[in-house]
Amino acid sequence: MSQVDAVAASAPAAALIRRRPGGARVFARRSPLGAIGAFLMLVVILAGLAAPVVATHDPTRTDATQTFTPPGPRHWLGTDHLGRDIYSRLVHGARVSLAVGIACALLGGLGGGAVGLVSGLAGRRVDTVVQPLLDIMQGFPLLVLALVMTAALGPSLGTVIVAISVPFIPRVARVVRAVALGVRETTYVEAARAIGAGGARVALRHVLPNTVAPLVVMTTAQLGSAILVEASLSFLGLGIPEPYPSWGRMLSVSATEFAQRAPWLVIFPGLAISLVVFASNLFGDGLRDYLDPRLRI
Amino acid sequence: MRTFVVHRLGLAAVTLAGMSIVIFVLLRLAPGNIVDLLFSAAGYVDPAEKQRIVHELLLDRPIAVQYVQWAGALLHGDLGKSYRYGLPAAQLIGPRVPVTVELAVMGMVVAILVGLPTGIVSATRQNTATDYGLRIFSLAGLSMPAFWLGMLIILLLVRVTGWIPPMLYVPVRENFGLHVLQFLFPALAVGYRSAALINRMTRSSMLEVLREDYVRTGRAKGLGGRVVVYRHALRNALLPVVTVVGTEFAFLIGGLVVTETVFNLPGVARFLVEAILWRDYPVVQNLVMLIAIVVVLSNLAVDLLYARLDPRVRYA
Repeated sequence: MSQVDAVAASAPAAALIRRRPGGARVFARRSPLGAIGAFLMLVVILAGLAAPVVATHDPTRTDATQTFTPPGPRHWLGTDHLGRDIYSRLVHGARVSLAVGIACALLGGLGGGAVGLVSGLAGRRVDTVVQPLLDIMQGFPLLVLALVMTAALGPSLGTVIVAISVPFIPRVARVVRAVALGVRETTYVEAARAIGAGGARVALRHVLPNTVAPLVVMTTAQLGSAILVEASLSFLGLGIPEPYPSWGRMLSVSATEFAQRAPWLVIFPGLAISLVVFASNLFGDGLRDYLDPRLRI
Repeated sequence: MRTFVVHRLGLAAVTLAGMSIVIFVLLRLAPGNIVDLLFSAAGYVDPAEKQRIVHELLLDRPIAVQYVQWAGALLHGDLGKSYRYGLPAAQLIGPRVPVTVELAVMGMVVAILVGLPTGIVSATRQNTATDYGLRIFSLAGLSMPAFWLGMLIILLLVRVTGWIPPMLYVPVRENFGLHVLQFLFPALAVGYRSAALINRMTRSSMLEVLREDYVRTGRAKGLGGRVVVYRHALRNALLPVVTVVGTEFAFLIGGLVVTETVFNLPGVARFLVEAILWRDYPVVQNLVMLIAIVVVLSNLAVDLLYARLDPRVRYA
């Protein structure tokens, strides 16, 4: 069974979660690693939201007397070549990384969901046009497509979000289409059509709810990828421009020049990226196992 | 099999044509045309020179004509001219191709050598401490940015051994040992992610196959654990892994973009980043198309190999 078919097969699980009271507790018991991932994500989200409160310094303020200060009581994670506090930049950077990650996952999820639904339900003609288009979009390596799009549109927060979301659309669309194709043939959809339900009603009331579980799984999986791609774009100098403190750009600035002199410039931003992506992967894996253990890989 | 091959070749050609249109249109989404961008950083601009480049790039012709001219030139192996270097792009790209190919192959070798055995061990020891450890190891591989791993490797090498990989490219004929070392560390950085995916796919596929009746029969008739695992289970479990290896090749190219930059390797992927930063769009356009061709060909190879390994695919 391919991954797409397998995710599609998990569709009835959506209804299962809705009916189950105390879902979060059951999830934590069944998937402790997933719960740890969810907890870590929550911590980073809260840290990002409360950045102005939990940050110890202004993340953009430079201090010529405090350059390359090693981690210590005054600067918990040290300072960079301009004397900026690494911890405060990391906390503020969490906002950027998570905002980009969540926005891309949602946009990719919504776009892919809509395309997948239309492709699966609108009939053979539409499907014949949409499928090769998805093939074409999926043929590009994610980072290469994102690089070209940011190059064409110019680096900005909006551009980065669009550039990362667009490559997600075909990946999500394939999963949703597979679910839609399966649900389309069920007897309850046939019954709904027989009593006069139109295409939009069938799509929104009967098919869409069945795509929720695979969509949630896919969206969580894309979250980590989006954060990694944003970090790579920023590292290459094509990500989110100043004044936003971005984790990827923190690595880019310090990359070659100061790494030997001040290794904390390299270690902490990379750890932050890895930790968030690791947490989102743990959560995504847990969610997938919870929704359908057959998908466990 | 012949019908299957012809069908897949046709599909690959259509996909490539579509990808070429996407690349062409994408790079024209930028406000203003390429010449405006090229001249935007310059102080005084000679209008005649600007007009000459507009004409040379066919920007004074309809967009469909521009596309047909570009695609035709590409089909004839003409990769255009770099505006940063003032040289034919093929002359600049040519020497960089072996660097990227070598790194990609070494990365893939690392990925298979690490991912496959760990996936088998993980499956045969399901839900043991070894399995959990290997699963966390593979998840970590999916979570670390390749460029950060590369930076950590360099940092560690300097701290522990006091040695740093050469920052200038060492050709294989000049110093074989140093050349291999120069590529080994970036290959480790770029291959870890792919190893993680191969590990996960091998584990899942092996778990599925190990529950099959023929595996139980093999055990029941007294075959040793190793024979059952390696001769009976692994052979069938490898089918989906082949797909992952093929599709990972596309992701590997993405990883190379950053890894070549970190390790200062003069490959095609790094040249693409440089061309983007320098707004050398004719080169960007052709390089992305070259990457698209590699990706489509690797997907095609996977499909054909899959059909060869599993007869059900070609009759589906």
